[in-house]
Amino acid sequence: MNPQQFYRILVIVNGAIPGLMLAWDATQGHLGANSVNQALHVTGMLSLVFLFFSLLMTPLRWATGWSGWIAFRRALGLYGFFYSLIHLAIYVGFDRALNVASTLHEIWTRTFLQVGTAALLLMVPLAVTSTNPMIRRLGQKRWRLLHRAAYVVAALGVLHYFLLVKSDVRQPLAFAAVLAVLFGIRYGRRFMEPQVFTRTAVKIDP
Amino acid sequence: MDDIPEIPEREITPPEVYYNRRSWMRAGLAVGSVLATASLYRWFNPYGKVELAPTGITPLALQKPLDSEAALLARGWRVDEPSTAERRILGYNNFYEFTTSKYDVAKAAADFKTDGWKVIVDGLVSKPRSFTIDELHALSQPQERVYRMRCVEAWSMVIPWAGLPLAHLLEAVEPTADAKYVAFETLLDPIRMPGQQHAVLDWPYVEGLRLDEAMHPLTLLATGLYRKPLPPQDGAPVRLVVPWKYGFKGIKSIVRITLVADQPQTSWNHYASKQYGFYANVNPDVDHPRWSQATEQRIGEPGRRNTLLFNGYEEQVAGLYSGMDLRTNF
Repeated sequence: MNPQQFYRILVIVNGAIPGLMLAWDATQGHLGANSVNQALHVTGMLSLVFLFFSLLMTPLRWATGWSGWIAFRRALGLYGFFYSLIHLAIYVGFDRALNVASTLHEIWTRTFLQVGTAALLLMVPLAVTSTNPMIRRLGQKRWRLLHRAAYVVAALGVLHYFLLVKSDVRQPLAFAAVLAVLFGIRYGRRFMEPQVFTRTAVKIDP
Repeated sequence: MDDIPEIPEREITPPEVYYNRRSWMRAGLAVGSVLATASLYRWFNPYGKVELAPTGITPLALQKPLDSEAALLARGWRVDEPSTAERRILGYNNFYEFTTSKYDVAKAAADFKTDGWKVIVDGLVSKPRSFTIDELHALSQPQERVYRMRCVEAWSMVIPWAGLPLAHLLEAVEPTADAKYVAFETLLDPIRMPGQQHAVLDWPYVEGLRLDEAMHPLTLLATGLYRKPLPPQDGAPVRLVVPWKYGFKGIKSIVRITLVADQPQTSWNHYASKQYGFYANVNPDVDHPRWSQATEQRIGEPGRRNTLLFNGYEEQVAGLYSGMDLRTNF
């Protein structure tokens, strides 16, 4: 096993740890007074965090010059998708007590649920096209274009969170700020580089 | 090459040892990273470590119930459903004056001292005055009331409160004929209530009732919980309990009660008037704009309960709202 493969397995193993601990806490009755709500909150957060990690890999490659980061992106993005599926399953199974009519009615009438559902649906094509054969079939260029939607998914996820809190919006705003930075790094780079070049090239003598 | 000492053959690590060391390093890295992830998860999602039911607290001297259980049940002073466990009530609170995280209020409020607390009662009354907690108890010996508590966030509890009917206090100060509403105010002290350092709401928290709602026999000025003095996280030393309304009407740590002529401003209504009404009567048919109010999560129970009109107190309070459109006056 080469180091790259080993690190990738580490990422996959570590991504499962929060889910396993959540499941363990649930069986032990350690999710507090409102366990369904707590499980919803934790899985929603995990989904956002893993999505953000997946978006962080490209800036990390730029910052460190090590291209190995990109090999973790798929696993991180898929964990984001995986935790959002668990999130939905808990909502339907426990919050709506498996009542499909009530679930659909809620999704139909509540903006924050429409936004969350849109994020989840948008992740499906990204997850489906995450395999190597699919990347080859689509071609690098088209695949990259499609997977820019990951930024849209993250933005919808943050909006979903923002819309559901009652009045303390500090945490969703913090997520929004981090996303803005990630987005800024990604799309600001092409404008930044000439500036850096100019600054080093022009010497001003006093 | 003269200055580089030659490495003798015997000092070169043999390949089996070299690869063995690499696998040890990998094992260390794997275990280390898993431990780090697990610790990080636990740091964000801790077990409740706070001692939730403090011992050595003198129980409140409660009035002996004058009626049979059946009579109390008919009056709405008892509930025919099991009470929520004390540790659940003490560990899951909405009290933004301390923190907006429900699981963390108990810890954040643990050091809140209420010695020398006074409640000022003024406004349109003939005999304005202030009350210590002992004076409130002297006015009317605390009695136990077991009420349903329905939060606007669609969860609920059954809580054994202790306290005096608000009507007893209001009668003592004699409201004038102009008094139509009662306004309540929470302590404003960002040092003792650190949540007030953040503008998540306009501080201090204020609430209000129509005078007839305030005088209703179910409306309680609670000073106790589970037959002990009210703990900080639940609104020490004195709070309002209006069991047919959403929990946010139950203003905590009250310092002022003012009788007024016009409908007073209330905190959540002021924050978002389309989402939180002045009346805030529990009603399964009137949804919050962002979620359904038809069902609720009873804390400590699996599955969901159907929410009851006026939280199950329809028989006692529906008369207060006869002829009113509950959809527009939500």
